[in-house]
Amino acid sequence: MSSLISPLIALRGLHFSYASGQDVLNGVDFELRAGERVALTGSNGAGKSTLLRLINGLETAKSGEIHAFGSVRQQEKDFREVRVRAGLVFQDPDDQLFCPTVAEDLAFGPLNLGKSRQEVVSIVEKTLVMLKLEHLADRITHKLSGGQKRLVALATVMALEPDVLLLDEPTNDLDRDTKQHLITLLSELPQAMIIVSHNHHFLNKVATRQVELSNGRLLEQAA
Amino acid sequence: MTQVLGEVSQSWTAKCDQSKSEAFLNSLDPRVRFVSCVLFAFLISAMHDLGALTLALGIGVGLSLSARLPLWTTVRKVLVVDSFIVVLLLTLPFTMPGETAFTLLGWDASLEGLYRAAEVGLKANAILFSLMGLLGIMEPSVLGHALYRLKVPVKLVHLFLFTVRYIDVFYKEYKTMRMAMKARGFYPKTDLHTLRSIGYLIGMMLVRSLERSDRIMEAMKCRGFDGRFHILNDMKASQRDFIFGGAVSIIMIGLLVVEYL
Repeated sequence: MSSLISPLIALRGLHFSYASGQDVLNGVDFELRAGERVALTGSNGAGKSTLLRLINGLETAKSGEIHAFGSVRQQEKDFREVRVRAGLVFQDPDDQLFCPTVAEDLAFGPLNLGKSRQEVVSIVEKTLVMLKLEHLADRITHKLSGGQKRLVALATVMALEPDVLLLDEPTNDLDRDTKQHLITLLSELPQAMIIVSHNHHFLNKVATRQVELSNGRLLEQAA
Repeated sequence: MTQVLGEVSQSWTAKCDQSKSEAFLNSLDPRVRFVSCVLFAFLISAMHDLGALTLALGIGVGLSLSARLPLWTTVRKVLVVDSFIVVLLLTLPFTMPGETAFTLLGWDASLEGLYRAAEVGLKANAILFSLMGLLGIMEPSVLGHALYRLKVPVKLVHLFLFTVRYIDVFYKEYKTMRMAMKARGFYPKTDLHTLRSIGYLIGMMLVRSLERSDRIMEAMKCRGFDGRFHILNDMKASQRDFIFGGAVSIIMIGLLVVEYL
């Protein structure tokens, strides 16, 4: 029963500095609960992407605790589970899409999780239908347009069937229609999310709560 | 560098458009095409008889024709390869010792050299045409999968697939940087400034590719990558593939007969 009440992700007193010694996070406290869509704002270089990467264990904090899905996560092997349950969508879709075709890129995650071929095929199909991308299944990933790449990158993460989505500037280089499509889509998804973006219109439409990173600390914003 | 990269990215697009109009060769199992192509190339490179080589060139051109290659890109590719061959044709007769065929400005051209030059030219073109006909219209990703099914080491297959995937990204990055240089009035000249700037450009490309490979690795880890690759699709050889395989064997035996009789 307690898992229903406790947050999906909780950060306690997180400190982080770059290899150069420059401090980025000075004691960040944060909680993400089921059903929340949190907008994470802050000026350039405030450490928004770093925060997402810390949650996924791609960076290591100097001090502080990361609780995810009911346990404290410290080492690389603790984060393996976190990474597939808290799916990170990268800023540049070209970093994320590396398989020759869209369907294969979607299959990459579920195959890594050890699912059978049939399961994988049905997951791929289901995810493409959910994001209305069926027509792209056999396209070559590097020949997609910028907007299509972004949606496919989201789809590759959705194919992991995660509990949490971490979106790093998802609206970059999207035209108005695709942005609108993304707004509708994200509002309908059941996953809890942390969305990094500078686009206030987008955040106002999608987010249920806003926090701002400033001088290494996280401040709750009035809605 | 621009020219080489440009060639690559263009020929892919051309190939992709081509694969939509279904040629007979394209409906064959990619593995059969790949194996036939490799065997054919080995056979040709081992042959010396000009008659047999001419025959092989004819077969190569036939394959290219039946693959319905786009005319102009094909001609361009052939010209690129043949420009090397022309250099050989011009130099070999004068550099190989042997019976004098004719004399030009006091230089003796040998019969053996002429013969060797013709042999090399025929070989190169025969292999080139059969390569273009059998593999040229194949999507690189399909080729990658065929290699995997043929038990080529998985690491090599993925190296190939990654190259295919990212060469385009790097080419775009290169073009962007080049454009940015031009926008600030950079024109290549033969001076130290140009050399240094091009050096920076290449250095930056290396740094960026390293950083990108780090990000790709992270993105893969985020999707549960643990060092093992899984490949999804299956390939099945059908009757027509066996027929094609049989035809290729007969042709190769025929070539051997012409070569040795």
